Amino acid sequence: MTAATTPTTAPVEPALRVRSSGTMATRTLGIATIVTMGWLVAFGLGFSPADRDQRDAVRILYMHVPTAWLAYLAFVVTAVSSAMYLFGKKHSLGFDRVAGASAEIGVVFMALTLVTGMLWGKLTWGVYWQWDARLTTTALLFVSYIGYLAVRGLGGTHDQRAKRSAVIGLLAVIEIPLVHFSVRMWRSLHQEASVLDSDGDVDMDGLMLFSLFVGVVAFTLLYVWLLLHRSRVIAMEDLLDDQGLDRALDQRRAEFL
Amino acid sequence: MSGGIVAMQDAGYIFGSYALTFAVIAAFTWRVIRGGRRLANHIDDNDKYWT
Repeated sequence: MTAATTPTTAPVEPALRVRSSGTMATRTLGIATIVTMGWLVAFGLGFSPADRDQRDAVRILYMHVPTAWLAYLAFVVTAVSSAMYLFGKKHSLGFDRVAGASAEIGVVFMALTLVTGMLWGKLTWGVYWQWDARLTTTALLFVSYIGYLAVRGLGGTHDQRAKRSAVIGLLAVIEIPLVHFSVRMWRSLHQEASVLDSDGDVDMDGLMLFSLFVGVVAFTLLYVWLLLHRSRVIAMEDLLDDQGLDRALDQRRAEFL
Repeated sequence: MSGGIVAMQDAGYIFGSYALTFAVIAAFTWRVIRGGRRLANHIDDNDKYWT
């Protein structure tokens, strides 16, 4: 069973319907996200200082690291939700919808991580791409979650979709530690952790650190907003899918009677 | 502000990374909102767990 892309049911009475997947809470969250994004731009492009070695190229850090953080967070939420679906007593499809929504968001932001990293790489390394350990493992992670989304699009019931994709969601998340520690496990062009040095001490200018913190907060708020909306949209797609199937079965029964 | 935005080195790559990121976020957000609005019209409020 594929997700319904075109509603086949007649619109319900206008007086009864809520016109979107939004609520007062998500609207407030959306405004907070936009304000924090504004701060991020101001600090990232304006107030934070240039780096001693990388000079202004370091400003890409405030996009690159938060997008990577968001993608990791999204994939971990996908894995946790997948586990909740698989091992929970009720096998609630709500967990599956959260997992699917989170994976979609993660793929979008992992793509942004790769592209902003390529732009940064061109400035600091002189090339857009190297088959370096961090870059290669990140690309593999990205492709794995595209596979996850492809599996979600296969046919079958919602429960079949949930079971299949939950297994992949739990397997794919194992790649995240590999990506994170790749810069230590293999010789890599990519720098090690941006904030902490190898002794675990903060090795960053205060204003740069604050700008990065604003970026992480802004992208985390964005993630929560997107996750709430996207999982609600998937729930509506599933509902319309079920209604369409019920109607088709009724029609088929009527033809035989 | 170090050196000012006008004097920023490699401005094309830096602004490009910001512009691309926000353009993708805007497009994805628009897709999610539009999907929600389109589908919400076809579903009774009682079936929307967030209402």
